[in-house]
Amino acid sequence: MPNMQKEKTKMPEQEPKVRARNFEEVALGYTEEMAINEANRCLQCKHQPCVKGCPVMIQIPDFIALIAQGKHIEAYEKIRETNGLPAICGRVCPQEEQCEMLCVRGIKDEPVAIGRLERYCADYAIAAGVEPLTCKCTLGKKAAIIGSGPAGLTCAADLAKEGVDVTIFEAFHTPGGVLKYGIPEFRLPKSLVQKEIDSLVDMGVKIETNMVMGKILDIDDLKEMGFETIFIGTGAGLPSFMNIPGENYNGVYSSNEFLTRINLMKGYKYPEYDTPVIRHKKVAVVGGGNVAMDAARCAMRLGAEQVYIIYRRSETEMPARNEEIEHAKEEGIEFNLLMNPVEILGSEQGDVTGIRVIRMELGEPDASGRRRPVPIKGSEFDIELDAVVVAIGQSPNPLMREATPDLKTHSWGGIIVDEETGATSIEGVYAGGDSVSGAATVILAMGAGKAAAKAMLEYMTKE
Amino acid sequence: MYKILRKQTLNEQVKLMEIEAPLIAKKAKAGQFIILRVHENGERIPLTISDYDAAKGTITIIFQEVGKTTMLLGTLEEGDSLQDFVGPLGKASHFPEDIKKAAIIGGGLGTAIAYPQAKELHRLGVEVTSIAGFRNKDLVLLEKELHEVSDKVIITTDDGSNGNKGFVTDALKNEIESGENFDLVIAIGPLIMMKFVSQLTKQYGIKTIVSMNSIMIDGTGMCGGCRVTVAGETKFACVDGPDFDGHEVDFDQAMRRQGMYKEPESEACNLFKGVE
Ligand SMILES: Cc1cc2nc3c(=O)[nH]c(=O)nc-3n(C[C@H](O)[C@H](O)[C@H](O)COP(=O)(O)OP(=O)(O)OC[C@H]3O[C@@H](n4cnc5c(N)ncnc54)[C@H](O)[C@@H]3O)c2cc1C
Ligand SMILES: Cc1cc2nc3c(=O)[nH]c(=O)nc-3n(C[C@H](O)[C@H](O)[C@H](O)COP(=O)(O)OP(=O)(O)OC[C@H]3O[C@@H](n4cnc5c(N)ncnc54)[C@H](O)[C@@H]3O)c2cc1C
Ligand code: SF4
Ligand code: FES
Repeated sequence: MPNMQKEKTKMPEQEPKVRARNFEEVALGYTEEMAINEANRCLQCKHQPCVKGCPVMIQIPDFIALIAQGKHIEAYEKIRETNGLPAICGRVCPQEEQCEMLCVRGIKDEPVAIGRLERYCADYAIAAGVEPLTCKCTLGKKAAIIGSGPAGLTCAADLAKEGVDVTIFEAFHTPGGVLKYGIPEFRLPKSLVQKEIDSLVDMGVKIETNMVMGKILDIDDLKEMGFETIFIGTGAGLPSFMNIPGENYNGVYSSNEFLTRINLMKGYKYPEYDTPVIRHKKVAVVGGGNVAMDAARCAMRLGAEQVYIIYRRSETEMPARNEEIEHAKEEGIEFNLLMNPVEILGSEQGDVTGIRVIRMELGEPDASGRRRPVPIKGSEFDIELDAVVVAIGQSPNPLMREATPDLKTHSWGGIIVDEETGATSIEGVYAGGDSVSGAATVILAMGAGKAAAKAMLEYMTKE
Repeated sequence: MYKILRKQTLNEQVKLMEIEAPLIAKKAKAGQFIILRVHENGERIPLTISDYDAAKGTITIIFQEVGKTTMLLGTLEEGDSLQDFVGPLGKASHFPEDIKKAAIIGGGLGTAIAYPQAKELHRLGVEVTSIAGFRNKDLVLLEKELHEVSDKVIITTDDGSNGNKGFVTDALKNEIESGENFDLVIAIGPLIMMKFVSQLTKQYGIKTIVSMNSIMIDGTGMCGGCRVTVAGETKFACVDGPDFDGHEVDFDQAMRRQGMYKEPESEACNLFKGVE
């Protein structure tokens, strides 16, 4: 008889007041007892609707059943059959829109906490020191992966499992993509990301950092070096700005600069680390996605007295995960909804002093299906600030495209591919993740990496 | 790891290093730069590729010790290695066609950054006048090298200690007024110097290229920290530059942005000196 408890088993968290001032992980994870209790809420449905909601088709009821039996390592192995980064996905996937949205328990009560269970068994297995998958590069085929975000890492893992000799080329000094430079430590500990990457290296995948592809090597160079197939997973790193007056004042950052200084360069540990980050007092973050939540919560942790989210629609339309919105509110971030910046104000010396916003109301739904925000005439007012972080989206980085004229792209920069295989306009070259879709999610990037790996393998082994 | 093969002290604040980086050396062109990190906890800093040797597989950098990272870099010796060395970044210098006569203006350390451009123009058969300015004669850099790639070299000092007192702008003005017809001016040095050179050449309608040394993190167009306003539009110095048309750059804004991290920088610098 399943556990009919209505709500998800709660996951312990750091107290909001305390965690708002440190970079340690917010959610602490289930104990074994909690995990088994939650696993018993699963009905083990025959038709498994949850699996259809998972972009990489994790055998969800099967792994949950293993947890219920106390077989946590086996549960982890079950997940790893289709997902190489469970400790990461368990933490950052938008489960409420994917597997958990389709969960049968969710019809009347709260769905099964699939993400928390995924995280539980991954953490358990990593702590126990599970054996990495082994691969011997026995196939005699070489593949190159450009970019080491979730798309590239997943593609590499799937190819390596099949015996392909894989080399990842990464522009930064450390692999991981957004997992390392964007998502903050308090949501996704970097040591954990590194462990997942180390296990790839143990499988025989080579990782070359400091390689800005398109500059140091291009597609032709790679082909000459004997790489039969190439996967482009360079993400969507190019920051968008609002193009309003005052955007180049000191104290206006793109979310990428702000988060990279803090997370990748460990600015929050300055001066132990050399990269400085200014500890502003009153910060506004413009945007309503995960990136905006992360930037706002980082600003708070750096000691800000007041942090605002400025978003032009209402909370229902916010693209951020519910959990992150809740966490941000608990930590004291103020939400200024239905407001849009029109100008950033600054001093003679060029430092930010405030932001002028206009109130918005929601009109008819637009192409995205969300109700379109319309400015209310004459409703402008100013908010006093000393920093603004612009988190309104990113588009694909132009470096590869500039170096590869044959690579067909959309006008907004996304690489054009065959949806099923990720094949680009150049033979043997595949692409996936944010570089194709524009800014999306970790799991979708992983799904694209998997699909491309399958097609690349077919390409390399066909006669 | 990127090994230091040669180290040379050019003046009390400026050092040269030749670094082993074969792949970068193969692709490098005049006007491009690298980003390095000295050690695991280090900052990423941009430095111009001052020279490159594809056959030997090396990149030469010349740097001025102005803060924590450059001072730390200066303490490394031949045989030591750098943690990270990324490049070649930025667009290579693109010279307009039909240039017959060019003036290359270097301000202090900027002289080292301008040198590869002088060398490249000289190789292309352009008549090169190099004008380099320093605070005093002990700080003069690359004089011999400039002579090798220039038809005329003018070295000025702020205090006149080399017998030629004045600013580079004075020397440039002199040359122009005495009838030199430059088709191109390249000015590299402190922002204030590039601003005044650009103001001067604008009066004479001479095309002027400047190199924007904005504060950078990634150098690949990702952070937006290096943005400069050029002809009213926001550009990223790392991918759209670092070279821009001097008559179009908003220097006042660039100067304000460069001072953004003054406080933590000087704090880091003092901490570093304290450790020494
Ligand atoms: C702050 C933030 C928070 C987020 N939060 C979530 C979340 O909670 N849940 C979720 O599902 N998604 C989240 N996302 C989105 C998610 O991280 C991305 O969709 C995902 O990382 C995309 O993966 P990718 O592999 O396509 O690209 P990326 O992760 O962007 O990786 C691309 C890699 O390629 C490298 N690269 C780029 N150009 C080159 C080149 N020319 N040569 C070599 N290497 C290159 C980059 O340095 C980078 O390492 C968040 C994103 C951000 C920025
Ligand atoms: C494309 C490019 C090419 C460059 N080439 C060279 C070069 O060939 N040789 C060289 O010596 N320097 C060069 N610079 C400048 C060099 O990057 C800085 O001197 C260095 O980052 C300072 O680091 P630091 O930690 O030692 O000093 P910091 O403590 O960070 O800075 C000390 C002072 O130096 C100035 N400064 C800081 N960052 C920069 C910067 N990015 N550019 C200019 N000034 C800065 C500021 O006024 C600051 O107060 C270049 C900069 C760019 C953007
Ligand atoms: S839909 Fe929910 S209850 Fe049914 S198998 Fe999946 S997780 Fe279990
Ligand atoms: S240095 Fe980051 S965008 Fe130019």
